[in-house]
Amino acid sequence: MAEEFPDRQIELAHGAGGKASRRLIEGLILPRLSNPVLNKLSDAAMIDAGGRPLAFTTDSFVVKPLAYPGGNIGSLAVYGTINDLAVSGARPLAILATLILEAGTATTVVEEALDAMAGASSRSGVPVVGGDTKVVEHGKADGIYITTSGIGEPVPGINLDPETVEPGDKIILTGPIGDHGITVLLARGELDIEADLRSDSRSVWPLVEALLQSCGQSVRWMRDPTRGGVATSLNELAGDSGRTIVIEDTRIPVRDVVRGACEVLGLDVLHVANEGQCLAIVAADAADRAIAAIRSVPGGEDAVIIGAVSAERNPRLIATTPYGSSRIVDMLVGDQLPRIC
Amino acid sequence: MKYVDEFRNPELIKKTAEEIKSLVGDSRFRVMEVCGGHTHAIYRFGLEQLLPDGIELIHGPGCPVCILPMDRVDEGLAIARAPDVVLTVYGDMMRVPGYEGSPLEMKAKGLDIRMVYSPLDALKIAGAHPDKSVVFFAIGFETTAPATALTVLQAKEMGLTNFSVFVNHVTVIPPMRAVLDDPDMKIDGFVGPGHVATVIGAGGYEEIARDYKKPVIVSGFEPLDILQSLLMLVKQLKTGEARVENQYDRVVSWDANPTAREVLARVFELREDFEWRGLGSIAASAVKLTEEFKDFDAEVKYATLLARHRSERDGDGSLNRERHDDAPCGKVLKGLMKPHQCALFGRECTPERPVGALMVSSEGSCAAYFNYVGEKNKIG
Amino acid sequence: MCLAIPGKIEEFVDRDRHFARADISGVKRQINVDLIKEQGLQEGDWVLIHVGFAMGKISEEQALEQLEALAILGEAAQSRAEAEGYMFEVESE
Repeated sequence: MAEEFPDRQIELAHGAGGKASRRLIEGLILPRLSNPVLNKLSDAAMIDAGGRPLAFTTDSFVVKPLAYPGGNIGSLAVYGTINDLAVSGARPLAILATLILEAGTATTVVEEALDAMAGASSRSGVPVVGGDTKVVEHGKADGIYITTSGIGEPVPGINLDPETVEPGDKIILTGPIGDHGITVLLARGELDIEADLRSDSRSVWPLVEALLQSCGQSVRWMRDPTRGGVATSLNELAGDSGRTIVIEDTRIPVRDVVRGACEVLGLDVLHVANEGQCLAIVAADAADRAIAAIRSVPGGEDAVIIGAVSAERNPRLIATTPYGSSRIVDMLVGDQLPRIC
Repeated sequence: MKYVDEFRNPELIKKTAEEIKSLVGDSRFRVMEVCGGHTHAIYRFGLEQLLPDGIELIHGPGCPVCILPMDRVDEGLAIARAPDVVLTVYGDMMRVPGYEGSPLEMKAKGLDIRMVYSPLDALKIAGAHPDKSVVFFAIGFETTAPATALTVLQAKEMGLTNFSVFVNHVTVIPPMRAVLDDPDMKIDGFVGPGHVATVIGAGGYEEIARDYKKPVIVSGFEPLDILQSLLMLVKQLKTGEARVENQYDRVVSWDANPTAREVLARVFELREDFEWRGLGSIAASAVKLTEEFKDFDAEVKYATLLARHRSERDGDGSLNRERHDDAPCGKVLKGLMKPHQCALFGRECTPERPVGALMVSSEGSCAAYFNYVGEKNKIG
Repeated sequence: MCLAIPGKIEEFVDRDRHFARADISGVKRQINVDLIKEQGLQEGDWVLIHVGFAMGKISEEQALEQLEALAILGEAAQSRAEAEGYMFEVESE
C-alpha cells in the first residue's frame, strides 16, 4: 500500500537508496504509473513477449569521482544492469546505454568511460547494442551520467518471490562487503586517507548461474546490495516477506582494510554500497549445496551463510553479537557520512 | 584490529557481564554514561541487554552536536552565505538542522560547504585556495579542542589570512555539574568520558567525586571497557565509595596532557557562558579564541554579518521557533526522560526528519535508540 | 563524543617530526603527533588517533594486564563454589 509522498521538494536523500528513496518510489511514482508488473518493484520487470518471458531492467549511474581504483562510471553502468538482470534470475543478453555528457568535459574522460564500458561488456559477454547521447550545459551532469537498460532471458523453473520465503531459509552472501563504497569515498580525496583497496565492481552472473544450476528451485530471492548496502537490501526483504531477518555479525565477511576504514570514519559497513556481490535466500536443505556451487566459481570463493529468516512476523533486520545481544539494523537514511564523535 | 578486537572478546564479555550480575544482586543503581560515544557503543554492541535489571543506564549530555543550539548552526550557515566562503564541517554536523535547514541541505542548494575529517584538512583547503575564505566549524569537547588549537597555531605560523574558525568547543565538567545540581536527577555514579581524559587526565574528574560524592570510572569505548567500568563502578557503589578510577589506563594517565594544556591555554579562553541546547545557559562551559588569535576567529572576521543576522533573528517574532524549543531534547539530554518517552519520538522526529540534534547525531541517544532498539523498545 | 581509533606509527614524514603516517588495519593517514611528543614516540608505536591527531600512546603492558584481570574474573568465585560443594558432600556422608 503506497503512502503519499509528503516532501515538498526533491532532496538528495531521495536518491540515496534508503528510506527516502523508497518513499519517492512508492509514494510519488508507483501510484501514477501503477500496473501489475511495476507494482512488484522487482529488480527486473518480467515481460511476456508473445509467450516467451523476457527480463527488462534499467538503472542510472551517477558517481563521483568518475574513475576510482577498480572501476569507472562506464564499467559500473554495464555491470550494474547485468547484475540487476542476474539477481532477477535472468541471463543477461544485451544492453542499451544513454550517455548524458556535460559540455566542457575532456574527451579523454569520455574515452576512458567508453573503454571501461567496452571492457566490462566483453568480459561479461553482454554487448552494448545501442544507445543515445546528449550533451547538456556546463554545470549539469557532473561530467557524465550514464543510464543502461538491459534485457535478459529468465532461467526456466526459477520462482523468485519474497512471499515464498520461509522461516529457516538461509541468507547467502557471495563475498566481502564494503569494498566499492569505501573505495569511492576515499577516491573523492576529501578525507586524505589511503588504502590498498579497489571497487568490487564485476558481473555476478557467473555466481548466480552456478547457484541457479545447482539448486534453482530452492532459491527464493536474490538481490545485489548496491546503494544502501546489505542492510537496505535485507530490510527490503523483511518488508516484502513480512519476516524478521537475523544475521550474525561475526559471519559477515569484511576485508581488514574496509573494516579499518569504517572504524576510522565511524561508518557501518552494512550500509556501504557494493557492486560485485549478491545476496540470496535459499531453502535450508539446499544451503550447503548452494555455497559449494558459488565457491566453485572463480570469484565466489568467499561465499558464506550469514544468517537466516526467522519465524517472527515482524518485518525488520536484526544483527546478533557472539555474546548474546542484538541490535536492529535499519535501512539507510540519506548517504552515510563519516563522523568524528 | 589490534587494541580493538581483544576488547570485543565474546568470552570475556560474557564473563564480565556475569560478574556484574552477581555483584549487583538485588541492588538498584542509576548510572550515567556522559559521553555520546559511550551511548553509541552501548547500543551498537547491545550491552544494555547483558546487564541485570538492577543497573539503569542514563544517557548523558556528552554529545557536542546534540547540545549545539540551532541558532549556532544558523550562524555558521549565515557565514557560509558570505561571498567566497568555504565552510568546512565534520561529517557529524552535516545533517544537524538549523531553523532553515542543515548544512547538507544548504550544500545541495549551492553553498560551498565541505566535509572534512580533520581541521588540518580545512587548513589544506585554505592553503590551496587563497581566493577563498575557509571557515572551519569547530565542535567537540576537550578531546577535539587541542586539534583545533594546533591547527590555529599552524595557520598563524603559515601566515594564512584566509583561514578562520567558528568555535563551538565546550567542556565536560560544567554539564556534569548541571546534571547533578538538578534536583530531579538521581544518579549514583558515572561512566566517565575516556577520550576527554586523554586531554584533562583521569584526575580531571576529581572535583565531581569530591564535591558530589559520586564515583567516576574513566572508561574506554570497547564493549569490554564499558563492562569493566560498570563492574568497577558497582564495586564502589556496593561499598559506598566515591573515587575516580581509571579503567582506560592503557591510554589515559592521571595527569592532564601537558602539551594539550599549554596549547589550549594559549589559544583558547573561557566564554562567560554558553547556551546549551536543552540545558540552558551554563557559565564557563565553552571557549573562544584569545585576543592573540583574533585574526582566525570567524566571529570577529564576520562580526558585522553575524550582528546583522542576530538582530534579524531576535527581532523577528514571527519566526516559529516554539515547537523546536519545546522539544523535550533537554530532558532526554539530562537523562530525565528516555527517548521513546518523548512524544515526538518516531513520529515527527525520526532520523530522516529530525526535530532535534539527538536524532541527527549518530551518538545522540534518540538516534541510537531509534536505529538500534527500534521504534518499539523491543528486541528479540 | 570522540571517535578515536588505535593506529600504528609507520614513519615520520617531516624532519621536525610533527607529522607521521599512521596505519589503521591497512588504512593510511597522515597525523599530527605534537600532543604526544613528550611521551617519546617511535616508529612502530601504537597511538590513539582522533580527527587526524595522536591523542596518546597505547601501552601494550596495560592492555594485557587489563585483559588478564578480566580473564580470571569469576575464577576465585568458581573455586570457592567448588570447595563449598565438596564440603557439602563431605558433610552429608
